[in-house]
Amino acid sequence: MDNLELKRHANAVRKGIVTAVHGAKAGHPGGSLSAADMFTFLYFEEMNIDPKDPKKADRDRFVLSKGHTAPGLYSALANRGYFPVEDLPTLRHLGSYLQGHPCMQETPGVDMSSGSLGQGISAAVGMALAAKLDNKDYRVYTLLGDGEIQEGQVWEASMFAGARGLDNLVVIVDNNGLQIDGKIEDVCSPYPIDKKFEAFNFHVINIDGHDFDAIRAAFDEAKKTKGMPTAIIMKTVKGKGVSYMENSAGWHGKAPNDEEYKVAMDDLAAIDAQLA
Amino acid sequence: MSDIKKIATRESYGNALVEYAEDFPDLVVLDADLAGATKTGTFKKAYPDRHIDCGIAEANMTGIAAGLATCGKIPFISSFAMFAAGRNFEQVRNSIGYPHLNVKIGATHAGVTVGEDGATHQCNEDVALMRTIPGMTVIVPSDDIEARAAVRAALEFKGPVYLRFGRAAVPVINDKPGYKFEIGKGVKLREGSDVTIVASGICVDSAVNAAELLAADGISAEVINIHTIKPIDKDIILESAKKTGKVVTVEEHSVIGGLGSAVCDVLAENLPTPVKKIGVQDVFGESGSAAELVKKFGLDGESVYKTVKEFVK
Repeated sequence: MDNLELKRHANAVRKGIVTAVHGAKAGHPGGSLSAADMFTFLYFEEMNIDPKDPKKADRDRFVLSKGHTAPGLYSALANRGYFPVEDLPTLRHLGSYLQGHPCMQETPGVDMSSGSLGQGISAAVGMALAAKLDNKDYRVYTLLGDGEIQEGQVWEASMFAGARGLDNLVVIVDNNGLQIDGKIEDVCSPYPIDKKFEAFNFHVINIDGHDFDAIRAAFDEAKKTKGMPTAIIMKTVKGKGVSYMENSAGWHGKAPNDEEYKVAMDDLAAIDAQLA
Repeated sequence: MSDIKKIATRESYGNALVEYAEDFPDLVVLDADLAGATKTGTFKKAYPDRHIDCGIAEANMTGIAAGLATCGKIPFISSFAMFAAGRNFEQVRNSIGYPHLNVKIGATHAGVTVGEDGATHQCNEDVALMRTIPGMTVIVPSDDIEARAAVRAALEFKGPVYLRFGRAAVPVINDKPGYKFEIGKGVKLREGSDVTIVASGICVDSAVNAAELLAADGISAEVINIHTIKPIDKDIILESAKKTGKVVTVEEHSVIGGLGSAVCDVLAENLPTPVKKIGVQDVFGESGSAAELVKKFGLDGESVYKTVKEFVK
């Protein structure tokens, strides 16, 4: 799939995110939008998956360790055909299969329930280990927030993955620089992120998380890396694509009102026009 | 009494894993640097490719087990109860309980019989923690035979199971013909009419011994072994309480949230009955030998006898 096509899908994913969070009147748009290009690349290009057979035995797996950005995952899954895009506004509603945080028993395509920060990466490590134990060649991807890596369990999991040389595992860190209480370096700096993963025996790749060429090259490099897991640290813009949400910690966990929703959809329509 | 066979249920756990490994090819065992103590070292020796030592990182071990389970494995995670249930509570709840994954938690060194290590390692709260998790099965075996049967049953059962094992050697008591282990089914060990003693784990033996002493005093005690704290066997408790009108619970656990509380839940909602809860009375443990601590906390046969006698007076 060429970059233009990917960009169109990514914009559709962003519309789905904003629509879902608006419909929910709550949720986490900022970190969903920053990772929208990554969600798009994973589900439209990178992973060996089948939306018609979500539990296909030897599929690649994805664990959204930063589970609060479920709107990003749901929108990517819906746009990829796992379930109707029209259902996205039921996010967080009573009885909806789109829970506030990912639930593997409810939502087609969700490989692991997650949302309590630091836990998803361990499950991803377990999946990668299962592939090794069974001599299967499926790959496992997990996406973490840059605030999330303040959790100690992330480093327990990284130590294990590095020590075991799980080269079928790709840990992606969405480095949008903001967490609820402000800038990550002001709250409790996790920098340098790349050096930390290197110290845990990861092959580390730093990229611009909105550049599809860079994302593609990073995943190709990860596949060629043997004997150690790969960490992709992607620099991103929190709230990417929606003018007033960009680089704003305030839009970490807040839904747009009707007026704001219209502005957001106009912003994204303008991007569509550029991509036409 | 010295001719009675004694074995620690953690030994039974390690032996059972080896015994059933061929029948369950998906079984894998995870440890957090305690394979020697939890006795899963036995499994590691027999099946090195199916044993994963995660290092001293219980939270990660729990998440790894969850990931393995989503891929069809049947992981047993192994550590001391303090860490398997205590440190890990939220990982067990969110990564195993919420997605209802087929992970088994083999928690050893539960209760005060950890002994000399003292209060930091004596977990008297694990049953309380685990039984609040929706869909979690909680089993506290009383001896070697029951512990091995519980491991087998957990392997056959689909869903998360918490199994509680002890450090100290305990007498084999379930060697009577016809013994059958079924998850959720209590076992009546002695018929009686004056009082019901409901016990779990190592306290089942104490209850049986207490009943014998009570009999000599003309008090007829019914003894029920509740090996599955959740789901609890309501019928056997209610039927016995209806007959005797008095219930004593005995457990090597806090009286808050464990067997005693679970039995009270059943009685309070169905058949309000006077209950005496024997267990750790909302205090921390301390260093000492297992036998000394069992006595100190009133969990030995003699102490149970005295407490029951006082209660039925």
